[in-house]
Amino acid sequence: MSSAMLELILEATLDTLYMVGISGVIAALLGVPLGVLLYVTRPGQILARPLLNQVLGMATNVGRSVPFIILMVAIIPFTRVIVGTSIGTNAAIVPLTVAAIPFVARLVEGSLNEIPPGLVEAAQSMGATPYQIITKVLLPEARGGIITGLTITVVTLVSYSAMAGAVGGGGLGDLGIRYGYNRFDPLVMLITVAILVVMVQGFQSLGDALVRRANHK
Amino acid sequence: MIKLSNLSKTYGSGPGAVQALKTIDLEVPEGAIHGVIGLSGAGKSTLIRCVNLLERPTTGSVRVDGQELTELSGAALNQARHQIGMIFQHFNLLSSRSVYANVALPLELMGVNKTEIRERVAPLLDLVGLADKRDQYPSQLSGGQKQRVAIARALASRPKVLLCDEATSALDPHTTGAILDLLQDINRRLGLTILLITHEMEVVKRICHRVGLISGGELVEEAEVGDFFTAPRTELGRHFLNDFLQLEPPAALVERLEPAPGAHTHPVVRLAFGGDAVSTPLISRLARECGIDVSILEAKVESIQERTLGLMIAELIGGAEETARAIAYLETHDLDVEVLGHVQRDA
Repeated sequence: MSSAMLELILEATLDTLYMVGISGVIAALLGVPLGVLLYVTRPGQILARPLLNQVLGMATNVGRSVPFIILMVAIIPFTRVIVGTSIGTNAAIVPLTVAAIPFVARLVEGSLNEIPPGLVEAAQSMGATPYQIITKVLLPEARGGIITGLTITVVTLVSYSAMAGAVGGGGLGDLGIRYGYNRFDPLVMLITVAILVVMVQGFQSLGDALVRRANHK
Repeated sequence: MIKLSNLSKTYGSGPGAVQALKTIDLEVPEGAIHGVIGLSGAGKSTLIRCVNLLERPTTGSVRVDGQELTELSGAALNQARHQIGMIFQHFNLLSSRSVYANVALPLELMGVNKTEIRERVAPLLDLVGLADKRDQYPSQLSGGQKQRVAIARALASRPKVLLCDEATSALDPHTTGAILDLLQDINRRLGLTILLITHEMEVVKRICHRVGLISGGELVEEAEVGDFFTAPRTELGRHFLNDFLQLEPPAALVERLEPAPGAHTHPVVRLAFGGDAVSTPLISRLARECGIDVSILEAKVESIQERTLGLMIAELIGGAEETARAIAYLETHDLDVEVLGHVQRDA
């Protein structure tokens, strides 16, 4: 294999990590609060706002039901407003993030759902405000579940990022298709897949280790 | 210290509405341990949750330490809740926090600074006997230890009132005893007023001063614990007492019991005697003065706090007139007499 090819592979790996890293972080920063909001505004919850809850729930469902490849093309105008271009690695980050936010939100909501209602009741009996209940009870108690959810999200983003080639986003998936599939180079194909497998394995192990540290159950 | 007046709670509205509490009046003086006992679904949980407004009563007033709580909301209500500690059947400790951090939680919520939190948590852990478990997590503790942590946590804000929601129902009898001893100790040492709800007579017997009986959302009976155990005034009260004492007539006898007296029957009675009657030789006097024989089928003596409670199931053998006189005689001597039925005279 030529050194130029190796360089391409290295570059593609970094592109993938870059896209997944940035979109993962932004999706976590926006998705976790959205998930909390979806949970606490439910009827009977500490900040019950049934109407807001329905609107948020519907928006989240819409976000989750659009296939990624369609979403990526559909939001090109929005992508252009945000990063100034619709092609390239930065342009791929926008749809990746948009797809990941509702994904994270639902997973966070699910893990909050696992918290025994008695804990919130106990905090209320101590005179906790809703904000204190969120920061001192809900988020710490759901920490393990939230990290699990974020791990799933990152792994999903790795596979989504492979589609980013469709908007010239680069990355391993793009490399695999252009060199491995279109030029029929099985070695490149094999290497890209192997790197993806190692990457996913790595994220999963890291996530599992963090969950173990977070959980005292 | 706690005064509930005319308290009602209705869930839902219209024809499907469920009235969980009906015009409850309850007063717990400062330093008292007051129990409310009832079957599941009687409204106990709703009642105790109304005291710190975890459930907002539909109508009526809730006064704790002179303050009307139903008028409060938001920050003022949270402030008032610092005066009211609460412990739960399932402990409700945060699994993400160590023992120390669980006890520190209410202080963090109140905005107490770290140094002061340290100073206040340590003696609380000593009080509940868990100083050595300071850095463990709830999952590493037994049920009894978890409840001890919960008690320390409930006391952290230095409340005037402690609410116990079935606090020992998830514990084995031995641990239950230890937790009740701890609650009693806290009551005596800190003068803390305790309101507890339970379905276990054992809990009432061990630590309560007064007890209320709740059924169908109503307080149907209220009495000093000694009186309640010697002479419950309601059917449900007797039912609880009999279940607790497990003094039931022998099965062979029950089969022969007839509800109404016949020409040749003897009454079978359950006698409960507290106070002076315990030390009086009533049975032999009964035989002498009323001219009947007494056949004791079962008997038991229980000590309820400072009082002694005697219980007996006996057949009164004699003519109809004599036995009627004997029952009247017993009643004038402060005995609770319940005629269980009548059996045919042995041929």
